[in-house]
Amino acid sequence: MGLIDFYTWAFQNWLGIALPWGWAWTLSQVTLIVVFAVVLLVMLAFILLFDRKVWAAVQMRRGPNVVGAFGLLQSFADFFKFMFKEPIIPAGANKGIFLLAPLLSFTLAFAAWAVVPLANGWVFADINVGVLYIFAISSLGVYGVIMGGWASNSKYPFLAALRSAAQMVSYEVSIGFVIITVLLFAGSLNLSAIVHAQEHGWFAFSILFPMFVIFFVSSLAETQRPPFDLLEAESELVAGFMVEYSSTPYLLFMIGEYVNIVLLCALMSIMFLGGWLPPLFWPLNYIPGLSWFMNAVPGVLWLLGKVIFLFFMIAMVKAMVPRYRYDQLMRLGWKVFLPTSLFWVVLTAGWVLVFHHHA
Amino acid sequence: MLTAIAFYVFSAILIAAAFMVVAARNPVHSVLFLIMAFFNAAALFVLLGAEFLAMILVVVYVGAVAVLFLFVVMMLDVDFAKLKSGAQQYVLAGLAVGGLLALELIFVVAYHWNITPHALQAAAAATPVGVSNTVALGRILYTDYVYYFEVAGLVLLVAMIGAIVLTLRARPGVRRQSVWRQVSRTPENSMDLVDVKPGQGDKA
Repeated sequence: MGLIDFYTWAFQNWLGIALPWGWAWTLSQVTLIVVFAVVLLVMLAFILLFDRKVWAAVQMRRGPNVVGAFGLLQSFADFFKFMFKEPIIPAGANKGIFLLAPLLSFTLAFAAWAVVPLANGWVFADINVGVLYIFAISSLGVYGVIMGGWASNSKYPFLAALRSAAQMVSYEVSIGFVIITVLLFAGSLNLSAIVHAQEHGWFAFSILFPMFVIFFVSSLAETQRPPFDLLEAESELVAGFMVEYSSTPYLLFMIGEYVNIVLLCALMSIMFLGGWLPPLFWPLNYIPGLSWFMNAVPGVLWLLGKVIFLFFMIAMVKAMVPRYRYDQLMRLGWKVFLPTSLFWVVLTAGWVLVFHHHA
Repeated sequence: MLTAIAFYVFSAILIAAAFMVVAARNPVHSVLFLIMAFFNAAALFVLLGAEFLAMILVVVYVGAVAVLFLFVVMMLDVDFAKLKSGAQQYVLAGLAVGGLLALELIFVVAYHWNITPHALQAAAAATPVGVSNTVALGRILYTDYVYYFEVAGLVLLVAMIGAIVLTLRARPGVRRQSVWRQVSRTPENSMDLVDVKPGQGDKA
């Protein structure tokens, strides 16, 4: 029994109301969204811990290990700490925008998940322009940062906000070109269709591999992860645009940031690593029984595994790579990634023209 | 019915936001209201079934153009109260321009004015089943109108190069980091081993 039928049945039997199909659909959709958001948040708590544990392990520390077994509940302790602290709004701050900024970051980070297919058919909005939607939403993300930095009415946050805006706009250009190469290969802007196009080989194992690398590095820059965390370079800007934030508004910024990182991991899995598809390529597909087993595993678990693998890579980069200087960051974006990805768009278009015969 | 509600909500917010762009005292608030107006316009496009146009509107105008607006407005150090003090005398001119535009729009919408017969045909033709508007736009832009499309791209390229040329200035005496030179340094071309005899020092 589906959720829609359940609601129709429950309203009929328990409340004696005949629920129109549209309302039942809306209710079931809202239920699913709430469940998904809660699951995502709980997973995020552990991903945060994972990030810190990996970082600690690289530096031969233990990391958080006090709250709960192996520190498993550390994120929840942090959560409650943030919730019960006093939110401080600076006297000179532009109050409305100051409070709107973290809300915006948080909401946008979750809004993008609407089009992400978690498994075959598991998607809230299977729209034709899914990739463009994510691109549009992530390009809005910069406003949370600029608004936060400006409304704080303080030097460091403002400088950090300017840095971050320039950085995010710059790297969106190369991300856009990388997405175009994937679209050329897949022949669709729909994320589910992109995954289906990889049933006979993941895009990461084709001529798109360099694009995968560029997308990975660009997504580090886009989400302000080290080594590109110039907007919160502790040694120069204290905590960047978040200096004046405390308690729950700060928490919203931080959750939004991590949701964005996980989103980009999911996007990378979908665009390059076959999304929910099991890794059934040579030589794995010749082992008897294995392909049956891998197909039996739910697709959402494969996607989750890929997301965690990519997040592990991102966490390792944070632990190992020293921070870029600002001009180096800009040079990498404009002088290396932009020409390379532009060239690759032309190359991919030629490749598709010669070797693929779809559409 | 849900579509109608959505239409009126988005339109109302759009008009209110557009009004606030003009009315807001703080220019940063103006830009933020402008972004809100763009966003609601995109939502109206989605309601029309033009999802590609909607997404491009958000990506280009909200994601790039408005960021630059915001940059400029935030960096400006202008006394906006003084700047706005003389705004009252332009009210009549502003109202005249706005009214004229509104009148023209009403004419266009009310009388279905179409410029060319081709446009009439296109509007009358039914949308083929199974063709999303992204695909349809792509087909039209890259087949029928490919030269116009390329020329438009070229115009933008020229504009971009023009902007770069106008602002580019070579400053002498600036030491720049050359990654290629740094990486291609070897011990052979950057190091000298000198055998210094005791008591003589390095004469070189």
